[in-house]
Amino acid sequence: MTVRTAEFLMALMMGAFSIYLMYKSTELPVGWIEDEGPGGGTWPFWLATIMLISCVGILFNWVRKHGPIASSNKIYIEAHVLMDVLAVAVALIVTVGLFSVIGIYGSLPLFLIFYLRILGKHSWQLTATLTVLIPVVIFYFFEITLKIILPKGLTEPLFLPLYKMFL
Amino acid sequence: MFEILGLLGNGFLTVFEPLNLALIVGGCALGLFIGAMPGLGSVNGVAILLPLTFLVPPTGAIIFLAAIYYGAMYGGAISSIMLGIPGASTAVATTFDGRPLAKQGLADKALTAAAVASFIGGSISVILFTFFAPPLAHIALVFGAPEEFALMMLAFATFVGLGGDDIFKTIFSIAIGLVLSAIGFDIISGEPRLVLWDITGFLHGINFLVLAIGIYGIGEMLWTVEENALGGGKSMLSEATVTVARTMKNLKELVTTWKTMLMGSVLGYFVGILPAAGATPGSLMAYGIAKQMSKEPEKFGKGAVEGVCAPEAANNAASTGSMLPMLTLGIPGSPTTAILLGGMVIWGLEPGPRLFTDHSEFVWGLIASLYAANLFAVIINIAFIPVFIQILKTPFTILAPVIFILCLIGGYAPTQDMHDVWLMLVFGIVGYLMRKLDYPLAPAVLAIVLGPLAEPALRQSLIISDGSFAIFFNRTYAGPIMIAALLLLFLPLFKIIYDKIRNKQS
Repeated sequence: MTVRTAEFLMALMMGAFSIYLMYKSTELPVGWIEDEGPGGGTWPFWLATIMLISCVGILFNWVRKHGPIASSNKIYIEAHVLMDVLAVAVALIVTVGLFSVIGIYGSLPLFLIFYLRILGKHSWQLTATLTVLIPVVIFYFFEITLKIILPKGLTEPLFLPLYKMFL
Repeated sequence: MFEILGLLGNGFLTVFEPLNLALIVGGCALGLFIGAMPGLGSVNGVAILLPLTFLVPPTGAIIFLAAIYYGAMYGGAISSIMLGIPGASTAVATTFDGRPLAKQGLADKALTAAAVASFIGGSISVILFTFFAPPLAHIALVFGAPEEFALMMLAFATFVGLGGDDIFKTIFSIAIGLVLSAIGFDIISGEPRLVLWDITGFLHGINFLVLAIGIYGIGEMLWTVEENALGGGKSMLSEATVTVARTMKNLKELVTTWKTMLMGSVLGYFVGILPAAGATPGSLMAYGIAKQMSKEPEKFGKGAVEGVCAPEAANNAASTGSMLPMLTLGIPGSPTTAILLGGMVIWGLEPGPRLFTDHSEFVWGLIASLYAANLFAVIINIAFIPVFIQILKTPFTILAPVIFILCLIGGYAPTQDMHDVWLMLVFGIVGYLMRKLDYPLAPAVLAIVLGPLAEPALRQSLIISDGSFAIFFNRTYAGPIMIAALLLLFLPLFKIIYDKIRNKQS
């Protein structure tokens, strides 16, 4: 896919999103209400309209090939870059997905092992050290000091004794 | 005058509390580190680390974040000089002469010059700040809803008029930021609004941190992953010889550059005040002017010390300058201050001119902390140059997962809702894809912070005027501000027409 094609698709998608936002804004009154001023939907409705107009403007520039992006025939994301970025993005999505299943202390070590060992090709010693150290620091800092309880999923019961100790 | 000095004195008392002092030193060191890492700048550091500040009172929190902001301005120069890669966009101009100096084996000279220039820039601008801010806040005290809205329009208009990005994309970015901030509840009628796809997670709105960490954390890191893939992750670290004797000699030689530093400081400060401009253009402009001022302009680009001093003085001065509108008017002067402003809202402080009267300790504590942060940053910077060079050798693949994890937890912490973590990932990935198409994203972050303040200001104004937009033009302060905003908004259009006329003539 070229940058030019990507530009077109992005403008189209954002345009569609703008229309959806305009539609969604009309759930509240978008006009003037006597003694109350503008209705609750007015502000987002007109802003979404501005978004839509901007998208039309971007598409207008696209048609006349105006500007470096609209006229660029370079590849949008090169294959080897795509692999790297995709690997990281998918790893993040899987990690967050696992938060509510095996909890943050199950999924973060997996993420660290994946990143350090497989992507970073670091030694097992370093990988193991960081994989153990980072979650411990996080637990100490966020859960004990800041009292922000992070998602545990199925591992919740394992933490009950720790809560008793610290909280 | 004496009143200001008295208040500043009180501010210093706040700063010298042990906790705050520790926060400044820690913040400076952390900021230096963040600034030195290629790809990470002050805005990333502040966005990712803001959730950590829930631990301390607001004054401590802002002091810590301001120290990071400051430290990052110093740190940006380190990788510009040692790697030839700007540690942050604000340090781009530093590579022009810093890198050639490093290649000539004079890396230590460039690093010392950068540190001293940063210190001068920071000091001059914070003095200007101390005496400019209170009168400005005093004027702003009479501002009502129409003036507030006009000021926000002006802030957005500077992005369109001076931002230099595609006009439509800039406007899109501003509008989407404002719409995202409108999600949740209508503040006046209390009814749910824009609950996208009827997902209940949107009922509590979108915390600005979710967007900020999404864009400046996840998105930025994906961007860096891409750049590492392209560059093969090879390090081009220069060698540096650092000894006490050489440092003293370097310091002595810097005396001749005082004019350049002074120019960079004053210029940077005033450019920094403008929302769309800030440290990056400020430092580039300072570089350009330094070259024109110089008796030997041909040396620039080949290792002129002035070429390091000017942009470094300017970017530190600009970071102070950008705090002026944030503290006095409640309008951030840069993406980083936008996040600081959002933080103030979280800590329960209402931004605006009343801050100076209602939360005097907070404001003056912050101002005094800038003096202190400046001093600590230059000391830490010069004393630990070898350490920072070592840090630059840290492989990206160790740092990246740590930052990603901080982002994920940072996105979860403010609301403790998994919905926000997902949303942050979406913002990060879409933001990355948009950035590749040159969509400017800083306006969106500014907009999501200002949105909850802009909408009530607009609605209240219209209620006062019974629906007439004339209220924005026929008041003493709102009028000129609004006209300035409109002029800036149409500046690109004037340019196009001007170019057309000139083309016809030629």
